[in-house]
Amino acid sequence: MQNEADMEYTAKRIHSDPLSWVEKYADYLYGFAMSRIRDEDVAKDLVQDTFLAGLQQLDSFEGNSKEKTWLTAILRNKIADFYRKRSAISLRDLKVIGAEGELKDFFDAESGHWTEKDYPRAFGLEEYNPLIVKELGNILDGCLAKLPGLWCSVFSMKHMDDLASEQICAELKLTPANFWVIMHRTKLNLRACLQKNWN
Amino acid sequence: MKGALRNIIYNCKQATFLIEKRIAGKITAAETLQLHIHLAGCSVCKIYQQQSILINKVFTGIENTDFKLDEAFKKTLIVKIKKEINKN
Repeated sequence: MQNEADMEYTAKRIHSDPLSWVEKYADYLYGFAMSRIRDEDVAKDLVQDTFLAGLQQLDSFEGNSKEKTWLTAILRNKIADFYRKRSAISLRDLKVIGAEGELKDFFDAESGHWTEKDYPRAFGLEEYNPLIVKELGNILDGCLAKLPGLWCSVFSMKHMDDLASEQICAELKLTPANFWVIMHRTKLNLRACLQKNWN
Repeated sequence: MKGALRNIIYNCKQATFLIEKRIAGKITAAETLQLHIHLAGCSVCKIYQQQSILINKVFTGIENTDFKLDEAFKKTLIVKIKKEINKN
């Protein structure tokens, strides 16, 4: 005979079975977090937090959406929180970056022309080819990991989540000018890093 | 020639900035013209533009399924979930 707690748990299981979550969704959620955050430890923590938050909110899950969609929405919020936290920390450093010291690595300070050592050179694969995407993706992963966290967040929010620039600025408390400077620098650095490691 | 146009012809920093702004948002008609003129004469920035677009495609093309959790971590997750259920 079931006790009361078991009965209650069984009732919740009609909509959702948390004991199967890890098997069904852990890899998917981890991939979702990793493709945006590129930090294994942080991604693992976020997956764990998502499952625990899911358990807390089990009462509010009524099976209207798919379990996977529901858990992904929880993870999405956790990622947004992480971005905001990281942004608050990095914003203090942005003033230093604002001196544009790093851009001198790519362009002549007077004319704005590429410095010769930084000329973009052909990779030999400018046409999109799905076969090399994976290999290039691995190099890109390494390059992304070297970027400041805030830049990485901005780049992910724009390209993985396809958010409007205004929304990203509001979420991360950036001015539009800061936003575009970050987008520009992120790409300059990623491109240079790819060139260095590809050839 | 107006100052803005003259300034952009050799200014790759500004041109690459406009390239990024155009890819990820929008630029004004005047900026479009400036960029067009710059790119007509700057093969280096043309390569940059191609590669910038390629990087976006590679970035968004990295599939979620490329990342897998290790089994040990999954086991600790299951233990934590069981513990949490029993607590309630």
